[in-house]
Amino acid sequence: MIVAQRKQIPEIMDIVKQHKSLLVLGCGTCVTVCLAGGEREVSIISSALRMASRLAGSEIKIEELTIERQCDNVFIEQAAEAIERNEAVLSLGCGAGVQAMAERFGNKPVYAGLDTAFIGILEERGIWTEKCGACGSCVLGDYGGICPITRCAKRLLNGPCGGSREDRCEVRPDSQCAWQLIYNRLKDIGQLDKLKKITSAKNWNTALDGGYRVIVREDHRV
Amino acid sequence: MKEEFEPKILAFCCHYCAYSSVDLAGSMRLQYPPNVRIIRTPCTGRLETEYFLKALENGADGVLVAGCLEGGCHFIEGNIWAKRRVEYIREMLTEIGFDKERLRMVNVSAAMAKPLADIITDMVETVRKLGPNPLGQNSTSKKQETAL
Ligand code: SF4
Ligand code: SF4
Repeated sequence: MIVAQRKQIPEIMDIVKQHKSLLVLGCGTCVTVCLAGGEREVSIISSALRMASRLAGSEIKIEELTIERQCDNVFIEQAAEAIERNEAVLSLGCGAGVQAMAERFGNKPVYAGLDTAFIGILEERGIWTEKCGACGSCVLGDYGGICPITRCAKRLLNGPCGGSREDRCEVRPDSQCAWQLIYNRLKDIGQLDKLKKITSAKNWNTALDGGYRVIVREDHRV
Repeated sequence: MKEEFEPKILAFCCHYCAYSSVDLAGSMRLQYPPNVRIIRTPCTGRLETEYFLKALENGADGVLVAGCLEGGCHFIEGNIWAKRRVEYIREMLTEIGFDKERLRMVNVSAAMAKPLADIITDMVETVRKLGPNPLGQNSTSKKQETAL
């Protein structure tokens, strides 16, 4: 899932203070699960903004709403009336959600209330970790299912770097060396020979090259 | 004549400890300020994060969360969860520009009537010094209070 965290209240206040009315819009999917932008967070952030704006003497009128998914036109429609009623929208969706809302409602300012951080998992209660950088050409199969691009601090495809201590990364001693994990895992599944292969430089054309990426499925187009 | 400010404190008291303690304080004829409004809760772990913020947003001058001693929670660790939630909102209060001393979590056992009475007194005095809720909704005026 996409993992995000809320912005600090003073930063949000700075963004929205010019408005008299504001819709705080949550998203019921990824950001609900990572406890950043679901119904409960909409309620908390709205309260905080009401309090902050009253203290600043501005009294922004705040409406609260959470829709199932902000990055999907079918669900976005559900917010149309509430958006109409308000001067601006503070979206608690991920970056994709915020942009989808802004595209659909061309004449409304739509602001991001969250900082979208990464694609990751819930590691344990209250801890989320990054697992994938969406590089566009997955190499997990060569590395025992552990992503060297996301989880190695130096993004090495031919690791380890030689600096790890025990199982700790030299760059960030609080984290495990991804290459130690890769080694352990390949050993466990009997594929250590994969490490003999020298991997050539990764083709980053599938990732950060030439603007945003598009996937077209002709078989699904209407 | 200017009316003296009487803080209005909302106290969430766990059924298994703090609530029994305030009850005991009553039986023991211990005095504590009448400024607290007590809400009994099955466990402080039942209290959602937003409750504390809503209470202050809606005009409480202070919020006291009273759970069992650490290690003594009837539901094992509800009071630890509550402590973290309270801490989260205390930090948020600072972001908002609100004095975080208006929200406190304390731990007592069912037999700690006197310490709890002291805690309540201290909370009331702290909030009295801080003054009315700056959101200006210490709306339950003396008149309404009498009506309650
Ligand atoms: S190799 Fe690329 S697609 Fe696969 S997990 Fe890593 S970043 Fe994600
Ligand atoms: S110690 Fe391990 S994870 Fe850290 S940079 Fe070196 S190879 Fe990568």
